[in-house]
Order: sequence, then C-alpha cells, then structure tokens
Amino acid sequence: MAKAAIDAGCRFYAGYPITPSSEIAADMSHLLPRVGGVFIQMEDEIASMGAVIGASLAGLKAMTATSGPGFSLKLENIGFACMAEVPCVIVNVMRGGPSTGLPTLPSQGDVMQARWGTHGDHSIIALAPSNLTETYWETVRAFNLAEEYRAPVILLLDEILGHMSERVELPDPSELEIFNRVAPQVPPEAYLPYATSGSHVPPMANFFTGYRYHVTGLTHDLTGFPTEDPEITEALMRRLDAKITDNLNGIIKYEETHLEDADIAIVAYGSVARSARVAVEQAREEGMKVGVFRPVTLWPFPGKQVAHLASHVKGLLVPEMNLGQIVGEVERVAGSTPVVPLNQANGQPIPPSGILTALRYMERK
Amino acid sequence: MRKPPLSGIDATAFRNKYRFEARLSGEGGQGVVMGGAILAEAAILHEGRFAVQSPTYGSRVRGGPTKVDVIISNKEIVYPRATDIDFFLCLAQMSFDKYGTDLAGDAIVLVDANLVPRVPSNRHLVYRVPFVEIAKGEMGNVVLSNIIALSVMATLTGIVTHDALWRAIEARVPQKYLELNRRAMELGLDLAARLGEKS
Repeated sequence: MAKAAIDAGCRFYAGYPITPSSEIAADMSHLLPRVGGVFIQMEDEIASMGAVIGASLAGLKAMTATSGPGFSLKLENIGFACMAEVPCVIVNVMRGGPSTGLPTLPSQGDVMQARWGTHGDHSIIALAPSNLTETYWETVRAFNLAEEYRAPVILLLDEILGHMSERVELPDPSELEIFNRVAPQVPPEAYLPYATSGSHVPPMANFFTGYRYHVTGLTHDLTGFPTEDPEITEALMRRLDAKITDNLNGIIKYEETHLEDADIAIVAYGSVARSARVAVEQAREEGMKVGVFRPVTLWPFPGKQVAHLASHVKGLLVPEMNLGQIVGEVERVAGSTPVVPLNQANGQPIPPSGILTALRYMERK
Repeated sequence: MRKPPLSGIDATAFRNKYRFEARLSGEGGQGVVMGGAILAEAAILHEGRFAVQSPTYGSRVRGGPTKVDVIISNKEIVYPRATDIDFFLCLAQMSFDKYGTDLAGDAIVLVDANLVPRVPSNRHLVYRVPFVEIAKGEMGNVVLSNIIALSVMATLTGIVTHDALWRAIEARVPQKYLELNRRAMELGLDLAARLGEKS
C-alpha cells in the first residue's frame, strides 16, 4: 500500500501509529524521504488528519492510516475535508470494536462509520480491496478519485489484509494513469475557489501559488467565505452530493464471479469475499448454482447493480465480519428477493465452511 | 544444502499438493511470524510458487500465544487461513492448546521437546526437538529457534529447498547476523538427520 501511495504521487504522510495499521506508517517513513516527501508522526489522530488537510491544500497528495479508534478521532476533520473539498486518502485497517475492542483481530465493523461517521449530510467514497494486488491498484485509484472529485477517499481494509503477505505482481509506476487536481485557468484576482463550470468540481489552487482564498468548515459561498443564505447553502449541499452521486459510473467498481447461471448470489467484500469464493467452488461441486458479487467500491454502494442481481436470483447471502452493515444496503434494493445475513463479530475470519453451511441451508429452503 | 527427506514421509506429495498448509506457532518474541514470512518468501521469490502468510497474535509484545499460517500452492491462493494443516510447528504449550486445531489426519507435528510437554501423540506423526534449549545453548540466542525449526521443517516436508530458504533468510537478516543464521540452518539439517535415524 505504501508503495502504491508513492507511485500514485503521495508525498505527505501524517499519522499516529495504531495496530493493525502501523506497518503502513513504518513503510511510509522509509519510502517518503527517498522521494523527497514528508513523513510526520503527529501527537494524535486528530492532529494528523489536520496535517494531511493542510498538506493537501499546499499542493501535496497526502494520506494517513489508522484503525477504528483512530478513525473515530479523524472523522471530524474528514468532515472538514468533505466541506472544504480537500483531496486526501484515509486508510482504516479495521479491527474489532467498539472502543479499543480487539486490537489485533479482524473485523468489518467500520463500514457504516466510514459512510456516516462524520456529522451532517455528505457523500463519501470508500473502497474495499480483497487481496494485496488489488490493494495496490485501489490505493492508486483512491488518490486519483480524491484528486478528481476534491474529496476525502477512504480505503477500508481489515486486519487479515493488513497483516498478510502474498505474491503480487506490480506495474511499472510510469505506466500508471495518474489524475492530478485541476488548476484554475483564471488569474488570482478572478479566482472564485468554489465556482464550477461544466462539472461539479471546482478547480483547485494550491496555497503559496499566488491565489489567496478562504477555507472553512462553515457553509460558504463561491468565495469560500461563510454564508447562511438558504439558496447558496442548498446549492452547495446539492453540489457536494452530486459530484459523487452523479458520477457513479466513474466511481463504482465491482467483480462478479459465477453469477451467469446463479440461483443464489453471495454479496461479500474485503477478506470475507475470499472465503465466499472458496465456498462457491465447493458449493458448485455439490451441484448448487452459486456466485459472488463483490463490491470493490463500498460507498457509494452499487445499489443499481445489486437490484439487478436480486431480480435474477432466488436469494442473496451477505456474510460480514460484523453484526450486519452492508446487508441493510442489500435489503434496501433487493425487492422481494430474500436476503440472508451471515454475521460473525468475534475477531475470527468467517471460514469457507461457514458460508457453505449457509448456502446449503438456503438451497434447502 | 539440500538433504533428502526422511524415509516414511513422501515429500514429493507435499510439493505436489494443491494446497500445502503450515502453521507455525509459539509465543510472542520467538520469531514465528518472521519465520512464516521467510517461508512464504522462500516459496514465492525463490521457487516461483504462490504463498500466503497470515499471522494471528494478541496485544502483548512478548509472551502471548502467536501463530502464522503459511499456505503454499502452485495456484493462486484464495482463502488465506489454514483449515486442513499438513505441518504444525509449536514452540509453546499455550499455543499448542489454542492453535493445535484443524490438523489433517496425516499432519506432521513438530514441537519443542521441553516447552510443549502435552501432545496427544496417537493422532499424528509427532517429532520432538528442544529448539529453544539448543538455540540458547549452542547459539546463545533464543531468536534463532525459528531458523533451526524452519531448517528441520524443510527437511521433513521438502516443501521448500534449503537453498530457497537460505536465500530468503539472506534477504531479511542483517549482514552481521548471517553467520549465526547459517549455523542455525546447518544445526537444523543435523537435527533432522538425527530424527531420521530414530524413526
């Protein structure tokens, strides 16, 4: 992940170590200085998120990494990044919670926290890779999306992915497609920092380049200064939402396995999707027609795709290492198709055998 | 540095397995997680195979039960945790009690002769070697237990060659400790040969 961040152009990391994400900080502390970047361990998670926002405003691609307890602390500033439209990447390697919970064991308990953890209405982008090669590519994509949409992008991993090693094949960094924030085409005196034309994303002037403007977490007008004007407020809120929800095709990514003839579809993400794939192979050997729909983009949720899927199968199985989070999104779009949750929140991975048992149960019904 | 595997164990069968599962366990500080990384790197980087290492440990820096699952295959590995273990190394009784599950019927079990006294011996092929005592006594450093054990494991299972193992160690270990590690590898070869005499 650290290598992917550097390859994507990340030149600033601020963080506070926490298991199971500390390896990312450790790697960044070695890699960033070699490419002229800055690594800083801040006094806490709140400050590190603030530092990331500051670095991004000053023109650097910036990231931080943490786990549940630290993510809770970063959320206020993540909201600031949403409101002020500051590109940045936040990694949350999920461990068991709430509170300090299970520091060294896996969980998918922060899925809804990533979606709604910061206060106020907002759209958010969250990506959940399920192997290490994909973690590389999704990290690159996270930086690209952050820059393209001027928004915080969250990478949701879990402890299994965070701590495992496996064989990866990585591209030559020079072959990567890299998106950089769009700079203003007008001189500083004509620059309106939150004015858009043709897209929902305003061009972004980096600090110290001659453009002076105001950045605030308060509701603001096109100049960046606070306003309570209802029309301007409504327009801002709608635009912040629309820049993500009007671009679902550019943001949503998913993988379908064996769904062509499936009667039962498993909706699984992150490391649980690996168990699901093994369970599907075993179920097919038993004659069951089963497939996997794996959202890589968790937020915005691929609701249209899951709705389409639901209309073609007899049942949906949603295994999660939590007490049921994404399953609510699936139920929302599944119509009359039965949705079966399979939940485990004890710090242990859901093994393929557990999913297979649930599939047999669904098949009999 | 390669020795033929022991009689009675079909090492080619291990190498040809679709999914070879090893679990290395002990207590925090013994180097089992590092051992898992070395084993996986030996298989991936020096034998061109697929491997996954997936560790589990508690919050304690030292002393708590620790394990690492290493899966080695000729194909992509989807599920990263062991469910049907072929080889189980254990250097602490508490880890044996906690992680000595999911063993295949014909699993090879290699335990520290002093630190894992209670092993149900009727179910598996069990080998006992006083790894920690040897590492302390002959090498002066407990952390080499993992290297000695990996060397014995490579002989017992043939899952990676000693050459691949050594190249993975070379890439991980600082120059000044290489000689100690090389001696640990040789010690492992000798110990494995003596195990062979007994069986």
